[in-house]
Amino acid sequence: MSTDERFDVAIVGAGPAGLTAAVAAARHGLRTVVVDAGRQLGGQYWRHPDEAHAVEPRGDESAGQHHWGTFLAARDDFNALRERGDLAYLPGTQVWYLERTGAGHDLYLTPTTESGARHRERVAATSLILCPGAYDRQLPIPGWDLPGVMAAGGAQALLKGHGTLAGRRAVVAGTGPFLLPVAAGLARAGAEVVAVCEANRLTGWLRRPLAASGVPSKAGEAVEYAAALARHRIRFLTRTAVTRIHGEDAVASVTLSCLDAEGRPTRVRREVDVDLVATGWGFTPSLELVTAAGARTCQDVDGSLVAVVDADQRSSQPGVYVAGEATGVGGALLAVAEGRLAAAAVAADHGLPRDEQAVRRVRSTVHRHRAFARAMHLAHPIPARWREWLTPDTLVCRCEEVDYATLCAAHEELGADDFRTVKLLARPGMGWCQGRVCGFATADLVACAAGRRATADDLRAVARQPLAAPIALGDLAGAPAPPRDAGSAL
Amino acid sequence: MTSLELTLDGRPLAARPGQSVGAALTDAGIRSWRTTRREGRPRGLFCGIGVCYDCLITVDDVPNQRACLVEAADGMRLESGHLESGHLESGHLESGQVEDGHVD
Repeated sequence: MSTDERFDVAIVGAGPAGLTAAVAAARHGLRTVVVDAGRQLGGQYWRHPDEAHAVEPRGDESAGQHHWGTFLAARDDFNALRERGDLAYLPGTQVWYLERTGAGHDLYLTPTTESGARHRERVAATSLILCPGAYDRQLPIPGWDLPGVMAAGGAQALLKGHGTLAGRRAVVAGTGPFLLPVAAGLARAGAEVVAVCEANRLTGWLRRPLAASGVPSKAGEAVEYAAALARHRIRFLTRTAVTRIHGEDAVASVTLSCLDAEGRPTRVRREVDVDLVATGWGFTPSLELVTAAGARTCQDVDGSLVAVVDADQRSSQPGVYVAGEATGVGGALLAVAEGRLAAAAVAADHGLPRDEQAVRRVRSTVHRHRAFARAMHLAHPIPARWREWLTPDTLVCRCEEVDYATLCAAHEELGADDFRTVKLLARPGMGWCQGRVCGFATADLVACAAGRRATADDLRAVARQPLAAPIALGDLAGAPAPPRDAGSAL
Repeated sequence: MTSLELTLDGRPLAARPGQSVGAALTDAGIRSWRTTRREGRPRGLFCGIGVCYDCLITVDDVPNQRACLVEAADGMRLESGHLESGHLESGHLESGQVEDGHVD
Protein backbone atom coordinates (compact mmCIF):
# COMPACT_ATOMS: atom_id res chain seq x y z
CA MET A 1 0.00 0.00 0.00
CA SER A 2 1.34 3.44 -0.76
CA THR A 3 1.74 6.02 1.96
CA ASP A 4 -1.14 8.03 0.69
CA GLU A 5 -3.71 5.33 0.18
CA ARG A 6 -6.98 6.73 1.41
CA PHE A 7 -9.07 4.71 3.81
CA ASP A 8 -12.77 5.10 4.41
CA VAL A 9 -12.18 4.95 8.13
CA ALA A 10 -9.18 5.09 10.43
CA ILE A 11 -9.67 3.70 13.92
CA VAL A 12 -7.27 4.79 16.63
CA GLY A 13 -6.97 2.24 19.42
CA ALA A 14 -7.48 -1.53 19.50
CA GLY A 15 -8.97 -2.01 22.95
CA PRO A 16 -12.59 -3.10 23.45
CA ALA A 17 -14.05 -0.13 21.51
CA GLY A 18 -11.49 0.06 18.69
CA LEU A 19 -11.31 -3.68 18.11
CA THR A 20 -15.09 -4.00 17.90
CA ALA A 21 -15.40 -0.93 15.69
CA ALA A 22 -12.73 -2.29 13.34
CA VAL A 23 -14.44 -5.63 12.85
CA ALA A 24 -17.82 -4.00 12.35
CA ALA A 25 -16.49 -1.35 9.95
CA ALA A 26 -14.61 -3.87 7.81
CA ARG A 27 -17.70 -6.10 7.66
CA HIS A 28 -19.68 -3.13 6.37
CA GLY A 29 -17.24 -3.11 3.47
CA LEU A 30 -15.49 0.07 4.59
CA ARG A 31 -11.79 0.29 3.78
CA THR A 32 -10.51 0.23 7.36
CA VAL A 33 -7.16 0.90 9.02
CA VAL A 34 -6.46 0.42 12.73
CA VAL A 35 -3.65 2.38 14.37
CA ASP A 36 -2.76 1.19 17.85
CA ALA A 37 0.02 2.11 20.27
CA GLY A 38 0.01 -1.43 21.66
CA ARG A 39 1.98 -4.29 20.20
CA GLN A 40 -1.06 -6.56 20.09
CA LEU A 41 -4.85 -6.32 20.17
CA GLY A 42 -6.81 -5.84 23.38
CA GLY A 43 -5.83 -2.46 24.77
CA GLN A 44 -5.30 -2.08 28.50
CA TYR A 45 -8.44 -3.98 29.44
CA TRP A 46 -7.52 -7.15 27.57
CA ARG A 47 -3.77 -6.83 28.01
CA HIS A 48 -2.27 -10.31 27.81
CA PRO A 49 1.12 -12.01 27.40
CA ASP A 50 2.96 -11.61 24.12
CA GLU A 51 1.15 -13.84 21.64
CA ALA A 52 4.33 -14.72 19.77
CA HIS A 53 5.80 -16.28 22.90
CA ALA A 54 2.68 -17.54 24.61
CA VAL A 55 3.10 -20.59 26.79
CA GLU A 56 1.13 -23.59 25.58
CA PRO A 57 -1.67 -24.17 26.20
CA ARG A 58 -2.85 -20.71 25.24
CA GLY A 59 -5.42 -20.94 28.01
CA ASP A 60 -2.83 -19.13 30.13
CA GLU A 61 -3.70 -15.94 28.28
CA SER A 62 -7.00 -15.64 30.08
CA ALA A 63 -5.60 -15.38 33.62
CA GLY A 64 -7.28 -12.50 35.44
CA GLN A 65 -9.36 -11.55 32.40
CA HIS A 66 -13.05 -10.73 32.15
CA HIS A 67 -15.28 -11.12 29.12
CA TRP A 68 -12.34 -12.97 27.60
CA GLY A 69 -14.60 -14.89 25.23
CA THR A 70 -15.75 -11.58 23.77
CA PHE A 71 -12.12 -10.70 23.10
CA LEU A 72 -11.22 -14.07 21.58
CA ALA A 73 -14.16 -13.90 19.18
CA ALA A 74 -13.31 -10.32 18.19
CA ARG A 75 -9.64 -11.18 17.73
CA ASP A 76 -10.50 -14.15 15.50
CA ASP A 77 -12.81 -11.98 13.42
CA PHE A 78 -10.20 -9.23 13.22
CA ASN A 79 -7.44 -11.60 12.12
CA ALA A 80 -9.68 -13.26 9.54
CA LEU A 81 -10.62 -9.88 8.03
CA ARG A 82 -6.99 -8.87 8.02
CA GLU A 83 -5.88 -12.04 6.29
CA ARG A 84 -8.47 -11.41 3.59
CA GLY A 85 -7.06 -7.91 3.13
CA ASP A 86 -10.25 -6.30 4.38
CA LEU A 87 -8.53 -4.24 7.02
CA ALA A 88 -5.06 -2.85 7.64
CA TYR A 89 -3.48 -2.98 11.08
CA LEU A 90 -0.63 -0.78 12.31
CA PRO A 91 0.32 -1.99 15.81
CA GLY A 92 3.01 -0.30 17.90
CA THR A 93 2.15 2.99 16.27
CA GLN A 94 1.19 6.31 17.85
CA VAL A 95 -0.56 9.25 16.26
CA TRP A 96 1.43 12.37 17.02
CA TYR A 97 -0.49 14.81 14.89
CA LEU A 98 -3.92 15.03 13.35
CA GLU A 99 -4.62 17.30 10.40
CA ARG A 100 -7.98 18.07 8.90
CA THR A 101 -7.95 17.95 5.13
CA GLY A 102 -10.62 18.67 2.54
CA ALA A 103 -11.57 15.01 2.37
CA GLY A 104 -11.16 13.94 5.98
CA HIS A 105 -8.11 13.64 8.18
CA ASP A 106 -4.43 12.85 7.86
CA LEU A 107 -2.87 11.01 10.79
CA TYR A 108 0.86 11.48 11.31
CA LEU A 109 2.40 8.37 12.82
CA THR A 110 5.46 7.40 14.82
CA PRO A 111 6.49 4.03 16.28
CA THR A 112 5.57 3.67 19.96
CA THR A 113 9.13 2.62 20.72
CA GLU A 114 12.32 3.47 18.86
CA SER A 115 12.98 -0.20 18.15
CA GLY A 116 9.42 -0.82 17.00
CA ALA A 117 8.33 -1.41 13.43
CA ARG A 118 7.92 1.69 11.30
CA HIS A 119 4.85 0.97 9.23
CA ARG A 120 4.27 4.28 7.54
CA GLU A 121 4.44 7.96 8.33
CA ARG A 122 0.95 9.01 7.48
CA VAL A 123 -2.49 7.62 6.74
CA ALA A 124 -5.41 9.48 5.23
CA ALA A 125 -9.00 8.60 6.01
CA THR A 126 -12.41 10.04 5.27
CA SER A 127 -13.76 9.18 8.73
CA LEU A 128 -12.07 8.75 12.08
CA ILE A 129 -13.17 6.63 15.03
CA LEU A 130 -11.17 7.64 18.08
CA CYS A 131 -10.96 4.93 20.75
CA PRO A 132 -8.01 6.15 22.82
CA GLY A 133 -9.06 4.59 26.14
CA ALA A 134 -8.07 5.86 29.54
CA TYR A 135 -5.40 5.58 32.21
CA ASP A 136 -5.41 5.62 36.01
CA ARG A 137 -6.35 8.95 37.54
CA GLN A 138 -3.92 9.96 40.26
CA LEU A 139 -3.94 12.15 43.33
CA PRO A 140 -0.56 13.14 44.77
CA ILE A 141 0.37 11.68 48.16
CA PRO A 142 3.46 12.65 50.18
CA GLY A 143 6.14 10.21 49.03
CA TRP A 144 4.29 9.02 45.90
CA ASP A 145 7.38 9.61 43.81
CA LEU A 146 9.22 6.76 45.55
CA PRO A 147 9.93 3.67 43.45
CA GLY A 148 7.42 1.00 44.47
CA VAL A 149 4.47 3.37 44.14
CA MET A 150 2.61 2.48 40.97
CA ALA A 151 -0.61 3.22 39.24
CA ALA A 152 -2.99 0.38 40.04
CA GLY A 153 -3.36 -0.23 36.31
CA GLY A 154 0.41 -0.35 35.96
CA ALA A 155 0.76 -3.04 38.61
CA GLN A 156 -1.99 -4.97 36.83
CA ALA A 157 -0.39 -4.45 33.41
CA LEU A 158 2.88 -5.95 34.67
CA LEU A 159 0.97 -9.01 35.80
CA LYS A 160 -1.39 -9.45 32.87
CA GLY A 161 1.10 -8.57 30.16
CA HIS A 162 4.43 -9.76 31.49
CA GLY A 163 3.78 -12.18 34.32
CA THR A 164 5.67 -9.86 36.64
CA LEU A 165 4.75 -9.15 40.24
CA ALA A 166 5.50 -5.52 41.11
CA GLY A 167 5.99 -6.21 44.84
CA ARG A 168 5.72 -8.85 47.56
CA ARG A 169 3.68 -6.94 50.14
CA ALA A 170 1.19 -4.48 48.78
CA VAL A 171 -1.47 -1.97 49.68
CA VAL A 172 -4.02 -1.05 47.01
CA ALA A 173 -5.58 2.35 47.57
CA GLY A 174 -7.73 5.08 46.08
CA THR A 175 -11.33 4.73 45.05
CA GLY A 176 -13.43 2.71 42.65
CA PRO A 177 -14.25 -0.89 41.81
CA PHE A 178 -11.04 -1.27 39.78
CA LEU A 179 -9.05 -1.58 43.02
CA LEU A 180 -10.63 -5.00 43.59
CA PRO A 181 -9.39 -6.87 40.49
CA VAL A 182 -5.96 -5.31 41.02
CA ALA A 183 -5.82 -6.56 44.62
CA ALA A 184 -7.20 -9.96 43.65
CA GLY A 185 -4.67 -10.29 40.82
CA LEU A 186 -1.71 -9.41 43.03
CA ALA A 187 -2.85 -11.87 45.69
CA ARG A 188 -3.44 -14.62 43.15
CA ALA A 189 0.09 -14.11 41.85
CA GLY A 190 1.48 -14.56 45.34
CA ALA A 191 1.75 -11.07 46.82
CA GLU A 192 0.53 -10.41 50.32
CA VAL A 193 -2.09 -7.68 49.95
CA VAL A 194 -2.23 -5.96 53.32
CA ALA A 195 -5.35 -3.94 52.58
CA VAL A 196 -7.54 -2.37 49.95
CA CYS A 197 -8.18 1.23 51.03
CA GLU A 198 -11.35 2.71 49.56
CA ALA A 199 -11.67 6.42 50.29
CA ASN A 200 -15.44 6.38 50.07
CA ARG A 201 -17.97 4.90 52.40
CA LEU A 202 -20.05 3.01 49.85
CA THR A 203 -23.18 2.75 51.94
CA GLY A 204 -26.10 2.65 49.61
CA TRP A 205 -23.94 1.35 46.78
CA LEU A 206 -23.25 -1.98 48.42
CA ARG A 207 -26.79 -2.23 49.68
CA ARG A 208 -28.17 -1.60 46.24
CA PRO A 209 -28.77 -4.91 44.53
CA LEU A 210 -26.33 -4.89 41.66
CA ALA A 211 -28.34 -7.43 39.71
CA ALA A 212 -31.20 -4.97 39.56
CA SER A 213 -28.95 -2.36 38.01
CA GLY A 214 -29.56 -3.67 34.51
CA VAL A 215 -26.00 -4.94 34.21
CA PRO A 216 -26.08 -8.40 35.81
CA SER A 217 -22.49 -9.25 34.84
CA LYS A 218 -21.29 -6.56 37.26
CA ALA A 219 -23.01 -8.37 40.12
CA GLY A 220 -21.14 -11.53 39.16
CA GLU A 221 -17.83 -9.68 39.20
CA ALA A 222 -18.60 -8.13 42.59
CA VAL A 223 -19.29 -11.58 44.05
CA GLU A 224 -16.09 -12.90 42.49
CA TYR A 225 -13.97 -10.12 44.02
CA ALA A 226 -15.59 -10.43 47.42
CA ALA A 227 -14.73 -14.13 47.37
CA ALA A 228 -11.16 -13.41 46.26
CA LEU A 229 -10.68 -10.86 49.03
CA ALA A 230 -12.03 -13.34 51.59
CA ARG A 231 -9.93 -16.20 50.24
CA HIS A 232 -6.72 -14.20 50.47
CA ARG A 233 -7.74 -12.55 53.77
CA ILE A 234 -7.44 -9.08 52.31
CA ARG A 235 -8.91 -6.34 54.48
CA PHE A 236 -11.24 -3.96 52.66
CA LEU A 237 -11.05 -0.64 54.54
CA THR A 238 -13.57 2.01 53.56
CA ARG A 239 -13.18 5.72 54.25
CA THR A 240 -9.47 5.04 54.47
CA ALA A 241 -6.62 6.43 52.41
CA VAL A 242 -2.87 6.13 52.15
CA THR A 243 -1.97 9.61 53.32
CA ARG A 244 1.79 9.27 53.47
CA ILE A 245 4.34 6.97 51.86
CA HIS A 246 7.63 6.45 53.67
CA GLY A 247 11.02 5.26 52.44
CA GLU A 248 14.48 6.43 51.44
CA ASP A 249 15.05 5.15 47.92
CA ALA A 250 11.96 2.96 47.67
CA VAL A 251 8.67 2.41 49.46
CA ALA A 252 9.14 0.97 52.95
CA SER A 253 5.81 1.72 54.65
CA VAL A 254 2.61 3.72 54.41
CA THR A 255 0.38 5.62 56.79
CA LEU A 256 -3.28 4.69 56.48
CA SER A 257 -5.65 7.38 57.73
CA CYS A 258 -9.37 7.46 58.36
CA LEU A 259 -11.21 10.04 56.29
CA ASP A 260 -14.25 12.08 57.25
CA ALA A 261 -17.24 12.48 54.96
CA GLU A 262 -15.38 15.11 52.92
CA GLY A 263 -12.21 13.08 52.64
CA ARG A 264 -10.26 15.00 55.28
CA PRO A 265 -7.81 12.76 57.18
CA THR A 266 -9.08 12.57 60.78
CA ARG A 267 -6.73 10.15 62.50
CA VAL A 268 -4.01 7.67 61.70
CA ARG A 269 -5.50 4.24 61.39
CA ARG A 270 -2.19 2.42 61.27
CA GLU A 271 1.20 2.27 59.65
CA VAL A 272 2.09 -0.80 57.63
CA ASP A 273 5.27 -2.04 55.99
CA VAL A 274 4.83 -2.58 52.26
CA ASP A 275 7.04 -2.59 49.19
CA LEU A 276 4.26 -1.82 46.71
CA VAL A 277 1.59 0.86 46.76
CA ALA A 278 -0.89 0.55 43.88
CA THR A 279 -3.09 3.62 43.59
CA GLY A 280 -5.92 4.75 41.40
CA TRP A 281 -8.77 7.22 41.67
CA GLY A 282 -10.88 6.19 38.73
CA PHE A 283 -9.61 6.89 35.23
CA THR A 284 -8.66 9.80 33.04
CA PRO A 285 -9.81 9.36 29.43
CA SER A 286 -7.14 10.15 26.82
CA LEU A 287 -8.54 13.24 25.20
CA GLU A 288 -5.51 14.50 23.25
CA LEU A 289 -6.74 13.40 19.82
CA VAL A 290 -10.36 14.32 20.56
CA THR A 291 -9.17 17.81 21.47
CA ALA A 292 -6.80 17.94 18.50
CA ALA A 293 -9.72 17.06 16.20
CA GLY A 294 -11.55 20.07 17.56
CA ALA A 295 -14.41 17.96 18.90
CA ARG A 296 -16.55 19.31 21.70
CA THR A 297 -15.83 18.11 25.22
CA CYS A 298 -17.62 18.33 28.55
CA GLN A 299 -17.13 17.25 32.13
CA ASP A 300 -18.56 13.85 33.04
CA VAL A 301 -20.14 12.96 36.37
CA ASP A 302 -16.76 11.66 37.63
CA GLY A 303 -15.17 15.05 36.94
CA SER A 304 -13.22 13.86 33.90
CA LEU A 305 -13.15 15.63 30.57
CA VAL A 306 -14.92 13.52 27.95
CA ALA A 307 -15.94 13.82 24.29
CA VAL A 308 -19.50 14.93 23.57
CA VAL A 309 -21.16 12.41 21.24
CA ASP A 310 -24.65 11.83 19.89
CA ALA A 311 -26.57 8.54 20.12
CA ASP A 312 -24.48 7.22 17.20
CA GLN A 313 -21.08 8.22 18.72
CA ARG A 314 -20.71 11.17 16.32
CA SER A 315 -18.62 13.96 17.80
CA SER A 316 -19.31 17.61 17.06
CA GLN A 317 -16.74 17.42 14.23
CA PRO A 318 -18.10 15.98 10.98
CA GLY A 319 -16.48 12.65 10.20
CA VAL A 320 -15.05 12.20 13.70
CA TYR A 321 -16.59 9.54 15.97
CA VAL A 322 -15.54 8.67 19.49
CA ALA A 323 -16.14 5.39 21.33
CA GLY A 324 -15.10 3.84 24.62
CA GLU A 325 -13.73 5.49 27.74
CA ALA A 326 -13.12 8.80 25.93
CA THR A 327 -16.88 9.40 25.96
CA GLY A 328 -17.09 8.65 29.69
CA VAL A 329 -15.51 5.91 31.76
CA GLY A 330 -17.86 2.93 31.84
CA GLY A 331 -15.99 -0.29 31.27
CA ALA A 332 -15.30 -2.76 28.50
CA LEU A 333 -18.83 -3.88 27.61
CA LEU A 334 -19.95 -0.29 27.21
CA ALA A 335 -16.90 0.35 25.04
CA VAL A 336 -17.70 -2.69 22.90
CA ALA A 337 -21.26 -1.44 22.38
CA GLU A 338 -20.05 2.05 21.51
CA GLY A 339 -17.50 0.70 19.07
CA ARG A 340 -20.27 -1.18 17.29
CA LEU A 341 -22.47 1.92 17.13
CA ALA A 342 -19.65 4.09 15.84
CA ALA A 343 -18.92 1.67 13.00
CA ALA A 344 -22.61 1.47 12.11
CA ALA A 345 -22.81 5.27 12.05
CA VAL A 346 -19.76 5.55 9.81
CA ALA A 347 -21.36 3.02 7.47
CA ALA A 348 -24.62 4.96 7.42
CA ASP A 349 -22.78 8.23 6.82
CA HIS A 350 -20.97 6.60 3.90
CA GLY A 351 -24.35 5.71 2.42
CA LEU A 352 -24.25 2.02 3.35
CA PRO A 353 -27.23 0.22 4.86
CA ARG A 354 -27.14 -0.65 8.54
CA ASP A 355 -29.32 -2.96 10.62
CA GLU A 356 -31.54 -0.46 12.42
CA GLN A 357 -32.95 -3.08 14.75
CA ALA A 358 -29.47 -4.11 15.84
CA VAL A 359 -28.54 -0.47 16.33
CA ARG A 360 -31.53 0.01 18.63
CA ARG A 361 -30.53 -3.04 20.66
CA VAL A 362 -26.96 -1.81 21.05
CA ARG A 363 -28.20 1.64 22.02
CA SER A 364 -30.21 0.12 24.81
CA THR A 365 -27.08 -1.72 26.03
CA VAL A 366 -25.22 1.59 26.01
CA HIS A 367 -28.05 3.14 27.97
CA ARG A 368 -28.00 0.51 30.70
CA HIS A 369 -24.23 0.63 31.06
CA ARG A 370 -24.21 4.42 31.17
CA ALA A 371 -26.75 4.34 34.00
CA PHE A 372 -24.60 1.85 35.85
CA ALA A 373 -21.44 3.89 35.28
CA ARG A 374 -23.16 7.00 36.55
CA ALA A 375 -24.15 5.27 39.78
CA MET A 376 -20.62 3.93 40.15
CA HIS A 377 -19.06 7.35 39.67
CA LEU A 378 -21.43 8.91 42.19
CA ALA A 379 -20.44 6.25 44.73
CA HIS A 380 -16.71 6.80 44.17
CA PRO A 381 -16.10 10.55 44.01
CA ILE A 382 -12.69 12.14 44.45
CA PRO A 383 -12.69 13.18 48.14
CA ALA A 384 -13.46 16.90 48.23
CA ARG A 385 -10.70 17.64 50.78
CA TRP A 386 -7.98 15.34 49.47
CA ARG A 387 -5.52 18.24 49.40
CA GLU A 388 -5.43 18.14 53.20
CA TRP A 389 -3.11 15.14 53.14
CA LEU A 390 -0.55 17.07 51.10
CA THR A 391 2.53 18.55 52.76
CA PRO A 392 4.29 21.64 51.34
CA ASP A 393 7.04 19.46 49.88
CA THR A 394 4.70 16.87 48.29
CA LEU A 395 5.45 16.67 44.58
CA VAL A 396 2.37 17.38 42.51
CA CYS A 397 4.03 17.33 39.08
CA ARG A 398 6.38 14.35 39.05
CA CYS A 399 8.10 15.26 35.76
CA GLU A 400 9.07 18.82 36.58
CA GLU A 401 9.26 18.16 40.33
CA VAL A 402 6.86 20.94 41.25
CA ASP A 403 5.76 20.68 44.87
CA TYR A 404 2.53 21.78 46.52
CA ALA A 405 4.17 24.83 48.15
CA THR A 406 5.28 26.09 44.73
CA LEU A 407 1.76 25.71 43.34
CA CYS A 408 0.34 27.55 46.36
CA ALA A 409 2.88 30.34 45.88
CA ALA A 410 1.92 30.67 42.22
CA HIS A 411 -1.62 31.28 43.38
CA GLU A 412 -1.00 33.37 46.50
CA GLU A 413 1.96 35.48 45.39
CA LEU A 414 1.49 35.61 41.65
CA GLY A 415 -2.29 35.52 41.51
CA ALA A 416 -2.61 32.50 39.22
CA ASP A 417 -6.08 31.01 39.57
CA ASP A 418 -6.45 28.77 36.57
CA PHE A 419 -4.50 25.76 35.28
CA ARG A 420 -3.01 27.50 32.26
CA THR A 421 -1.53 30.39 34.26
CA VAL A 422 -0.16 28.13 36.99
CA LYS A 423 1.41 25.94 34.29
CA LEU A 424 3.18 28.94 32.77
CA LEU A 425 4.41 30.23 36.14
CA ALA A 426 5.30 27.05 38.00
CA ARG A 427 5.69 24.50 35.15
CA PRO A 428 3.40 21.70 36.38
CA GLY A 429 2.38 19.64 33.37
CA MET A 430 5.30 20.94 31.26
CA GLY A 431 7.42 17.78 31.42
CA TRP A 432 7.49 14.54 29.51
CA CYS A 433 3.99 13.39 30.40
CA GLN A 434 2.51 16.79 29.53
CA GLY A 435 0.22 16.80 32.55
CA ARG A 436 -1.34 13.41 31.88
CA VAL A 437 -0.46 12.28 35.40
CA CYS A 438 -0.79 15.50 37.42
CA GLY A 439 -3.20 17.45 35.23
CA PHE A 440 -6.42 16.53 36.97
CA ALA A 441 -4.96 17.02 40.46
CA THR A 442 -3.26 20.30 39.56
CA ALA A 443 -6.43 21.66 37.99
CA ASP A 444 -8.35 20.67 41.12
CA LEU A 445 -5.79 22.24 43.48
CA VAL A 446 -5.68 25.48 41.54
CA ALA A 447 -9.46 25.66 41.37
CA CYS A 448 -9.79 24.96 45.10
CA ALA A 449 -7.27 27.70 45.86
CA ALA A 450 -9.45 30.02 43.82
CA GLY A 451 -12.47 28.90 45.81
CA ARG A 452 -14.13 26.77 43.13
CA ARG A 453 -14.06 23.27 41.66
CA ALA A 454 -12.19 22.38 38.47
CA THR A 455 -14.25 23.09 35.37
CA ALA A 456 -14.23 21.63 31.88
CA ASP A 457 -12.17 24.65 30.79
CA ASP A 458 -9.44 23.81 33.32
CA LEU A 459 -9.33 20.25 32.03
CA ARG A 460 -9.38 21.37 28.39
CA ALA A 461 -6.21 23.31 29.14
CA VAL A 462 -4.70 20.05 30.42
CA ALA A 463 -5.78 17.96 27.44
CA ARG A 464 -4.76 20.47 24.77
CA GLN A 465 -1.35 19.45 23.45
CA PRO A 466 0.47 20.84 20.42
CA LEU A 467 1.53 17.27 19.66
CA ALA A 468 -0.36 14.20 20.78
CA ALA A 469 2.83 12.30 21.67
CA PRO A 470 6.47 13.31 22.15
CA ILE A 471 8.32 12.41 18.96
CA ALA A 472 11.87 12.32 17.71
CA LEU A 473 12.97 15.53 15.99
CA GLY A 474 13.80 13.44 12.93
CA ASP A 475 10.14 12.47 12.57
CA LEU A 476 9.09 16.09 12.62
CA ALA A 477 11.78 17.08 10.12
CA GLY A 478 10.99 14.14 7.86
CA ALA A 479 7.21 14.44 7.95
CA PRO A 480 5.79 14.27 4.44
CA ALA A 481 3.99 17.59 4.81
CA PRO A 482 5.25 19.24 7.98
CA PRO A 483 2.31 20.91 9.69
CA ARG A 484 3.16 24.59 9.72
CA ASP A 485 0.77 25.48 12.46
CA ALA A 486 1.31 22.79 15.08
CA GLY A 487 0.81 25.38 17.80
CA SER A 488 -1.85 27.63 16.40
CA ALA A 489 -4.14 24.89 15.10
CA LEU A 490 -5.18 24.27 18.65
CA MET B 1 11.23 -21.31 27.88
CA THR B 2 14.46 -19.79 26.64
CA SER B 3 15.72 -16.74 28.43
CA LEU B 4 16.99 -13.57 26.80
CA GLU B 5 20.31 -12.08 27.87
CA LEU B 6 20.44 -8.31 28.21
CA THR B 7 22.84 -6.09 30.08
CA LEU B 8 22.19 -3.23 32.46
CA ASP B 9 25.25 -1.03 32.79
CA GLY B 10 27.31 -3.97 31.61
CA ARG B 11 25.88 -6.46 34.12
CA PRO B 12 23.80 -9.37 32.85
CA LEU B 13 20.03 -9.15 33.04
CA ALA B 14 17.69 -12.00 32.10
CA ALA B 15 14.30 -11.53 30.48
CA ARG B 16 11.57 -13.79 29.21
CA PRO B 17 10.65 -13.47 25.53
CA GLY B 18 7.83 -10.99 25.10
CA GLN B 19 8.57 -9.21 28.36
CA SER B 20 9.14 -5.48 28.52
CA VAL B 21 12.46 -4.14 29.71
CA GLY B 22 10.65 -2.68 32.74
CA ALA B 23 9.17 -6.07 33.64
CA ALA B 24 12.57 -7.76 33.35
CA LEU B 25 14.14 -5.13 35.61
CA THR B 26 11.31 -5.56 38.12
CA ASP B 27 11.74 -9.35 38.08
CA ALA B 28 15.43 -8.81 38.83
CA GLY B 29 14.47 -6.76 41.90
CA ILE B 30 15.57 -3.48 40.31
CA ARG B 31 13.05 -0.76 41.04
CA SER B 32 14.71 2.40 39.76
CA TRP B 33 17.12 3.16 36.92
CA ARG B 34 17.32 6.89 36.65
CA THR B 35 17.41 9.94 38.87
CA THR B 36 15.48 13.15 38.42
CA ARG B 37 17.08 16.29 37.06
CA ARG B 38 16.35 18.62 39.95
CA GLU B 39 16.34 16.58 43.12
CA GLY B 40 18.31 13.55 41.97
CA ARG B 41 15.51 11.27 43.18
CA PRO B 42 15.28 7.66 41.98
CA ARG B 43 12.55 6.72 39.49
CA GLY B 44 11.34 3.54 37.86
CA LEU B 45 7.96 2.22 36.73
CA PHE B 46 4.93 4.26 37.69
CA CYS B 47 2.04 4.14 35.21
CA GLY B 48 3.37 0.99 33.54
CA ILE B 49 1.54 1.71 30.29
CA GLY B 50 3.52 4.42 28.53
CA VAL B 51 1.75 7.49 29.87
CA CYS B 52 4.04 8.91 32.57
CA TYR B 53 7.58 8.65 31.11
CA ASP B 54 8.99 8.04 34.59
CA CYS B 55 10.72 4.81 33.51
CA LEU B 56 12.97 6.34 30.84
CA ILE B 57 16.10 4.35 30.11
CA THR B 58 18.83 4.27 27.47
CA VAL B 59 18.42 1.29 25.15
CA ASP B 60 21.24 0.43 22.73
CA ASP B 61 22.55 4.00 22.99
CA VAL B 62 19.16 5.58 22.32
CA PRO B 63 18.25 7.67 25.38
CA ASN B 64 14.85 8.27 26.92
CA GLN B 65 13.04 5.08 25.96
CA ARG B 66 10.06 3.97 28.02
CA ALA B 67 11.12 0.79 29.81
CA CYS B 68 7.49 -0.24 30.24
CA LEU B 69 6.98 -0.39 26.46
CA VAL B 70 10.31 -1.50 25.00
CA GLU B 71 10.31 -5.24 24.34
CA ALA B 72 13.35 -7.03 25.73
CA ALA B 73 15.65 -8.51 23.09
CA ASP B 74 18.73 -10.69 23.19
CA GLY B 75 21.91 -8.64 23.48
CA MET B 76 20.08 -5.42 24.30
CA ARG B 77 22.25 -2.95 26.19
CA LEU B 78 20.46 -0.94 28.86
CA GLU B 79 22.05 1.99 30.62
CA SER B 80 20.64 3.54 33.73
CA GLY B 81 21.56 7.05 34.62
CA HIS B 82 20.74 10.63 35.03
CA LEU B 83 18.34 12.26 32.68
CA GLU B 84 20.56 14.95 31.20
CA SER B 85 18.73 17.95 29.88
CA GLY B 86 20.99 17.68 26.82
CA HIS B 87 19.31 14.40 25.93
CA LEU B 88 15.97 16.09 25.89
CA GLU B 89 17.05 18.80 23.52
CA SER B 90 19.25 16.81 21.20
CA GLY B 91 17.33 13.57 21.02
CA HIS B 92 13.71 14.34 21.46
CA LEU B 93 11.20 17.04 21.05
CA GLU B 94 9.07 17.73 24.05
CA SER B 95 5.77 19.15 23.05
CA GLY B 96 6.17 21.75 25.81
CA GLN B 97 9.13 23.09 23.86
CA VAL B 98 6.92 23.77 20.90
CA GLU B 99 4.78 25.93 23.10
CA ASP B 100 7.90 27.59 24.44
CA GLY B 101 8.77 28.59 20.90
CA HIS B 102 11.93 26.50 20.58
CA VAL B 103 10.63 24.93 17.40
CA ASP B 104 8.62 26.58 14.69
